[in-house]
Amino acid sequence: MNKSKSNRIVVLGVLALLMVASGCKKKETAPPPPPPPKAVVANLSANPASIQAGQSATLTWSTENATDVALDGNKVDPSGSQTVSPTQTTTYHLAAKGASGTQEATAQVEVAAKPTPTPTPAPTPSNVTDEQLFAQMVKDVYFDYDKADLRPDGQQALAQAAQLIKQKGWKVQIEGNCDDRGSTEYNLSLGEHRADSAKQALIRNGIGADAIKTISYGKEKPQCSEANEDCWQKNRRDHFTLLH
Amino acid sequence: MVKEKRIGTGKTIFLLLLSCTSLCGFLSAAAQDRIKIELNMGQERPRIAVADFKAANADAQTAPLNTVFNQTLWNDLDNAGIFDLVAKSFYPSQTPGQPSELNAKAWGDPPPNAGVLTFGNLGVNSGKVDVQGWLYDVKNPGAPQILGKQYKEDATPDMARTIAHRFADEIIARLGSGIAGIAESQIYFVSNRSGNKEIWSMDYDGANQKQVTKLGSIALSPRISPDGSRLAFSGLTKDSWQIMMYSLELNRTVAFPRAGGDNFSPAWASDGTKIAFSSSMHSGLSEIFIADANGAGARRLSTGKGDVSPVFNPKTNGQIAWVSGRTGLPQIYVMDADGSNVQKMTDQGYAVSPAWSPNGLLLAFAWVRNYGPGVLGGSDIYLMDIASRQIIQLTHDGGRNDFPSWSPDGRHVVFQSNRTGNEQVWSVLADGTHLQQLTRQGRNSQPNWSFK
Repeated sequence: MNKSKSNRIVVLGVLALLMVASGCKKKETAPPPPPPPKAVVANLSANPASIQAGQSATLTWSTENATDVALDGNKVDPSGSQTVSPTQTTTYHLAAKGASGTQEATAQVEVAAKPTPTPTPAPTPSNVTDEQLFAQMVKDVYFDYDKADLRPDGQQALAQAAQLIKQKGWKVQIEGNCDDRGSTEYNLSLGEHRADSAKQALIRNGIGADAIKTISYGKEKPQCSEANEDCWQKNRRDHFTLLH
Repeated sequence: MVKEKRIGTGKTIFLLLLSCTSLCGFLSAAAQDRIKIELNMGQERPRIAVADFKAANADAQTAPLNTVFNQTLWNDLDNAGIFDLVAKSFYPSQTPGQPSELNAKAWGDPPPNAGVLTFGNLGVNSGKVDVQGWLYDVKNPGAPQILGKQYKEDATPDMARTIAHRFADEIIARLGSGIAGIAESQIYFVSNRSGNKEIWSMDYDGANQKQVTKLGSIALSPRISPDGSRLAFSGLTKDSWQIMMYSLELNRTVAFPRAGGDNFSPAWASDGTKIAFSSSMHSGLSEIFIADANGAGARRLSTGKGDVSPVFNPKTNGQIAWVSGRTGLPQIYVMDADGSNVQKMTDQGYAVSPAWSPNGLLLAFAWVRNYGPGVLGGSDIYLMDIASRQIIQLTHDGGRNDFPSWSPDGRHVVFQSNRTGNEQVWSVLADGTHLQQLTRQGRNSQPNWSFK
């Protein structure tokens, strides 16, 4: 069979059908409508979908009819795979752009916290300073992109930290930070909001408002300066310091 | 399909919309409207010949200063965006240094075919530079003089540039619908070239870049006062961000009251009597406040979250545009200067950094129009006609473009862009042409154009 000939027949058939369907007056000059662009298809999966911190997972993606494909904003091949080692539960976004529009797909890698020994408030070894204990027990909490509400892991961490802060009578400063993609001034207000979210969580857990000070550093004090999601995630954080 | 639309009562700006509404049908979502802003009232652009000024004497300083003067004058008239400059290759071989040497017909006839001609002479005498400059209507048979000016200053390259700027502004004011030129205006910006972020200043064309603040921590968001005497900015202290004030007359930081919480992104009313800013002093979240110019009597105008980057309508000072994250991603809002009558101006994407045009009719802002995780596309500068909410795109060249600020004549916009790989300050005419990179050393951001 001559394949191209049969294709042409199909196209002619479709054209005729269109003309009938649209009630087109017969004008020999009427150009045929352009074929609609083919729909963009995007698939993204993570394997395994759940890991322990320190382990890695493989992201696999495929697309159809896409001209630009980006994984979390970084240009990638139309299909492929990549190994990731997130330290927090992370949602990866695939965006495929083609003539008919943009199609997105997401996959989440859930990171189970390493079983940490439950905090032992007492007895504190005498050779550990307050600063060391603070740094060990009151860790940074992280935020989703352009979000200022605490994630469940952050809420849990702050509930634990609050017990120690209360017991020690510490005063803390909460420093809100953002990744470097947003605008300088808006990021200062977003950092403000992130710091306030942690402050409200500590207050809910029994810390007095006067024991907490907040400041926003916006995107002015990044921990990490590479342009990738791992690094951006490290910068979207509240950092805690012990005030004297 | 050409639609012509006149914005509001504006005398200086037209929008020409070349849209494809009837042609495109279902394709219209993908097609970008092509829009042009006319800068010169729809009149024909004056065709100006800019003859090199002649050396008036043989002093050793005359030739180098004349070169600086001639380059600066040419660039200023070119940058103005309201002239057609006649190419120098068409000029007659005889250049006049004064009116008695002028053969007007040789300039008014083709090939130069100039409408107006500027010419003159420059000479250095005992440490002073003397400049005589003229502007003549060479198309008119009587060739009347439009302008004749004389300048005398210290014989330095800086003063040669300054004289050229003043003369250019005289010409622009005379031929450009009475709107004063901007050649003597200043741009303030943030630079990290000293090792940390400080406020710097430069001439409008990028020349003469100088460090202003020496805070030693982080200085952001410079906003020059309407009279050019004081610079408000956000400074990081030991425990918070505070609005700070630098006197350009005393060359030092002057007192400004500290407020609780973090305080940043100041803005001046165009009459110099009020300052708006963002502060977390009330709720712990950023809200817009307004205070007297000395910082006294601060009162809260907005009750949002993520409220930042206020800017006054410079025509009336009766409205403030700002950014709020109250519904999620940041959007542009406008309210009356007493906090009432809040209107949401943008409704999609990530919209920040509003800048109100001097005539009060347009908002420039930075917008990631199609925003979402993983979506390809950067932040561009857009202009919104406030009355109709019609939006046009000013930058198209990729990268993250942010912090637009209007020139005093409303014909130019300065902004930051990382299109070359790192943040630099650029300027562009409001019709999208004449794009220029103004900074190259270090990283430079948040430009703010002086009021005059």
